[in-house]
Amino acid sequence: MKIVYILWLRQIKRFIRSKSRIVGSVVQPLMFLLALGFGFGPVFAKAGQGNYIQFLASGIIAMSVLFTSVFSGMEIIWDRQFGFLKETLVAPVSRFQIMLGRTLGGATVAFFQGTIVFFISLIAGFRPTSGMGILLGFISMAMMAVIFTAVGIAIASKMDDPHGFQMIMNFMVQPLFFLSGALFPLDGLPKALGSVIRINPLTYAVDGMRGAFTGVTHFGLGMDMIVLTVVMISFLSLGAYLFSKIQI
Amino acid sequence: MNNPVDNSIVVDHLTKKFKDFVAVNDISFSVAHGEIFAFLGPNGAGKTTTIKMLTTLLQPTSGTILVNGFDPVTQTNEVRKSFGIVFQDPSVDEELTAYENMEFHGILYGVPSEIRKKRIQELLMIVELWDRKDDIVKTFSGGMKRRLEIARGLLHHPKVFFLDEPSIGLDPQTRKHMWNYILSLNKKEGITIFLTTHYIEEAEKIAGRVAIIDHGTIVAQGTSAELKELTKTTTLEDAFLTVTGHEIRDEELGKGDQMRERMRMRRRVR
Repeated sequence: MKIVYILWLRQIKRFIRSKSRIVGSVVQPLMFLLALGFGFGPVFAKAGQGNYIQFLASGIIAMSVLFTSVFSGMEIIWDRQFGFLKETLVAPVSRFQIMLGRTLGGATVAFFQGTIVFFISLIAGFRPTSGMGILLGFISMAMMAVIFTAVGIAIASKMDDPHGFQMIMNFMVQPLFFLSGALFPLDGLPKALGSVIRINPLTYAVDGMRGAFTGVTHFGLGMDMIVLTVVMISFLSLGAYLFSKIQI
Repeated sequence: MNNPVDNSIVVDHLTKKFKDFVAVNDISFSVAHGEIFAFLGPNGAGKTTTIKMLTTLLQPTSGTILVNGFDPVTQTNEVRKSFGIVFQDPSVDEELTAYENMEFHGILYGVPSEIRKKRIQELLMIVELWDRKDDIVKTFSGGMKRRLEIARGLLHHPKVFFLDEPSIGLDPQTRKHMWNYILSLNKKEGITIFLTTHYIEEAEKIAGRVAIIDHGTIVAQGTSAELKELTKTTTLEDAFLTVTGHEIRDEELGKGDQMRERMRMRRRVR
């Protein structure tokens, strides 16, 4: 347990000391929230869908959690490059503990980030509908953070070239975000797009959060939670397996 | 001679193949408790592959290894607890302070908190970093980082200390200092030292015994006096060149090495 804790603590310390990361990760969601929220708000309302900020906030919180968690998971690439990975891999501890500590550390950072965006959304006019809903929304957020940190670790375990990092961000993380229902409702979409969105785990995280915070959900909160739990266990296992296979 | 009771490291008919390439070919040697053993060889001779196998990072294709009486393949954790290592490339966390790096290591190796605190202070004082203990490592020079790594590698009271090219990139002053610490620890705590280096005159001065590896096989081993006598040369460096030839070796870099190489270049440019 101590091992998991010290690895967790290391991630937190690194995050707190990296001022540019904190600022950067707040500015981008803020831009999305303000430009899209207020820009498309009138159109959204005219289409009879109600308040767009109310709809969009969960999507933007999810965006911030997604980017931060994948990034945190992929920090392994830098640790490999700066040699620190070796220090942990020759230590008399199991790789599973190392992986778990890193996942929880990365997920905590992402969760914290999502919380900040949650409060920014409140200022922009977002109004969660119930206290219980807020709690459930934060649980979805936490699960999502764990899932995508594990995804980042899984990818970084297989990748030894840091140049691949930007590619993963552009060709995997961005599509995940745009094809998730974070920005638009899922009703009446073209069939092909609809099916892609349905197999994207992020979709269920966004839907779960939105359902919990505002009561509006596409799949139903129960369904979202089941999918998130299954996906979380699968990706944690995958991440742990691939991390255990790292050769240096 | 191959008795694990008297020896820290016993390597018997060790071979490592990567697909068709034989990196280490049927080598055998042993290192006695408290001995300083230098493992020399040109680039790509198999030094790092051997260290990786000794330190549980690679599995041998065949042959056996005992480190402090434990088998790195089947008793991984016992072996890991029993050695300390300073890698060829830096491996400290640059975003943490010197003290935090030490503490992280201590917890990872299960050193109890009371002993940990005392030992960290003692070691950081020895390597003269105690007054910089709360500074972020990013701000350290190359020599300071290396000293920190030495201190860190010794924190959990290892019985064997692996030093892979510890002198690279250090100025003569820092090098001299570093060897002074290491030699005094060798004397005081009886730690066995296993080192690789390209600075052959260093090995000649420091090491009790030397093994020279080339193309994956050990081509000579003994005290430096024995090697000089064998090759009828006056310095270990000449003995080294006699047994390994004068041809320049181009090391074939693995993927990881290529990446580090690129980083090194980039850092140099900066």
